[in-house]
Amino acid sequence: MLTAIIALTLLALLLGLLLGFASVKFKVEGDPIVEQIDKLLPQTQCGQCSFAGCRPYAEAIAAGEVDINRCPPGGESTIQALADLLDVEPKPLDEECGVEKPKMLAVIDEERCIGCTLCIQACPVDAILGAAKHMHTVIADECTGCELCVEPCPVDCIDMVEMAQNPNTWRWPDPSHLQLERGGQA
Amino acid sequence: MNQPLGDFPGGLKLRGHKKRSTQTPIRKTPLSRHLILPLQQHIGAAAVPVVEVGEKVLKGQRIARADGHVSVCLHAPSSGTVVAINEQPIPHPSGLSAPCVTIETDGEDQWIARHPVDNFRAISPHEIRQIIRDAGIVGLGGAGFPSFIKLNPGVHHTVDTLLLNGAECEPYISCDDMLMRERADGILDGVEIMQHALRAREVILAIEDNKAEAISAMKLALAARPHLTETRIVVIPTRYPTGGEKQIIQVVTGKEVPSNGLPIDIGIVSHNMGTAYAVGRAINHGEPLISRIVTVTGTDVTHAGNFETLFGTPISELLAFVETRREPDEPFILGGPMMGFNLSGDNLPVTKTANCILVGVEDAAPKTEPLPCIRCGDCASVCPASLLPQQLYWHSRAKDFDQTRDYNLFDCIECGCCDYVCPSKIPLVSYFRFAKTEIMNQERERKKSDLARERFETRQARMEREQREKEERQRQRKAALAASKAKKEKEAAAETTAADDKEN
Repeated sequence: MLTAIIALTLLALLLGLLLGFASVKFKVEGDPIVEQIDKLLPQTQCGQCSFAGCRPYAEAIAAGEVDINRCPPGGESTIQALADLLDVEPKPLDEECGVEKPKMLAVIDEERCIGCTLCIQACPVDAILGAAKHMHTVIADECTGCELCVEPCPVDCIDMVEMAQNPNTWRWPDPSHLQLERGGQA
Repeated sequence: MNQPLGDFPGGLKLRGHKKRSTQTPIRKTPLSRHLILPLQQHIGAAAVPVVEVGEKVLKGQRIARADGHVSVCLHAPSSGTVVAINEQPIPHPSGLSAPCVTIETDGEDQWIARHPVDNFRAISPHEIRQIIRDAGIVGLGGAGFPSFIKLNPGVHHTVDTLLLNGAECEPYISCDDMLMRERADGILDGVEIMQHALRAREVILAIEDNKAEAISAMKLALAARPHLTETRIVVIPTRYPTGGEKQIIQVVTGKEVPSNGLPIDIGIVSHNMGTAYAVGRAINHGEPLISRIVTVTGTDVTHAGNFETLFGTPISELLAFVETRREPDEPFILGGPMMGFNLSGDNLPVTKTANCILVGVEDAAPKTEPLPCIRCGDCASVCPASLLPQQLYWHSRAKDFDQTRDYNLFDCIECGCCDYVCPSKIPLVSYFRFAKTEIMNQERERKKSDLARERFETRQARMEREQREKEERQRQRKAALAASKAKKEKEAAAETTAADDKEN
């Protein structure tokens, strides 16, 4: 009787210690949900969701304060991905925030630019280059197309243009939409 | 010596339709008035123009330099004047335009000074690769990967076998066949150089058994070079798609290239016969790659055959030369009937990767609305990459791209065997191409958004730091102000005390 109690106590203690040790030693840094949500957002930093950037919106979603359908640049695919991640029903895009548009790029009309630096201050990703009283220009590769630079420009010299496709970024069309136009295969 | 041949799964026996284009020797396409040269005719970064509009150029003069490592130079195919550097339609399934250099030829066809290498064994493999790169040579089998990279085994690999791919398995195409028949010696020149550059132990020239004349021509040329003891010709059965790099390696050596791996991982490097010929011309004759042999054939072509064509020659002129029953702007196929794609538009130029132009295909499948998949599994049994096309189709159609990746979508070589056998006529390869480009696009977007996030966070951090510094400065100023005030007060107080003391 006593032996059994001692044996079981010892065993329990030993296993408890082992588990305790394992939980410290092999601690898994769980990917916090905010990070995961932030990863799915397009990082345009446009603020159309009414938050100051993608991360604040991700934090608000994680806290359950707002809906997942407030990101126009991400559009339907982002909403779907968020719905999958959070296991909720996808909803159509909230029109209050804007509509889904093709990828845009800001272009400064360098003739008209007066070098006021207001757009530089507005750009959330530092994609505009220039100095006071000198012409500014957009680094096309870094521009997210957030349109935040358009509003502050006093001479209205920034245009948003649709990002042109080139043969390297071109995508094959979805065959389910144009099955009759297939060609090339004998 | 005669090791047994290996095999790859699936594949098809197709009618060759090659007789039509192999009845006449290789002919030269007449010089075109305008040559349109896309700056990107290879995999990698587009070349950067080094000429200006209005500049006179000679045949073989470099007109664009390689940009970065994975890139090659571009040369003027004939002498003349550069008349434009702008966007022009290129032969690409998208039908989009890309930057091109247009040369108006002067008809003189005057060469620039050429510098042949007298003895290639006297120069290092590195120098050979440099010449090949400067000569603008890319894989002429179809993909257009810069050849000098494939001639560099690197420090971690040794090359056991250099495999020359003379399978040319796709119906109708016969440019490699004709090249082997007529210029076997030139091919062997290039093969020797390639072997030297790679320090390959042995060389295998693999040719499909439906090219009897090519095999005998190559055998004859090889017999004239008794010093090539480690070079042999292997005749392989004709089956589609034996010409695929991974498939021909499996047939000739019995080894399988790992998924996501390269042939060099198993000690093999493979090159196309045409590429070998181009390497020989570049080293032994100092000629850059400015032309290639293009098969022009099909049921609507009157004088089908193989044509040595300068790059930039408008395809419409080539078609006019061979006389076709094609109406202007009617689509034609670039490449073979299995893997090629439809093009329309008359001003598209011949590029480094244009192996065949096909107008009118015999027994072409009528364009019908595809029927639902009946899960017969025929597609899986013909797939040379052992994939499950049916599963890939479901997931591509549902845009479930993660799943397509799990089913190894990127191992698909787009050979079209599954399309060919599908009883429901589902355009499977179109779905796979769609899924592949969508995935690549997602990848690009993800990279871009990662960059944007990083830049946004860096900016946030910088703004916070600036704010802190500002506050810090303000605090310091306030403290300094307070200190000087206190000091003044103290002094004033001291003065009053002193005055008081004096008074007392």
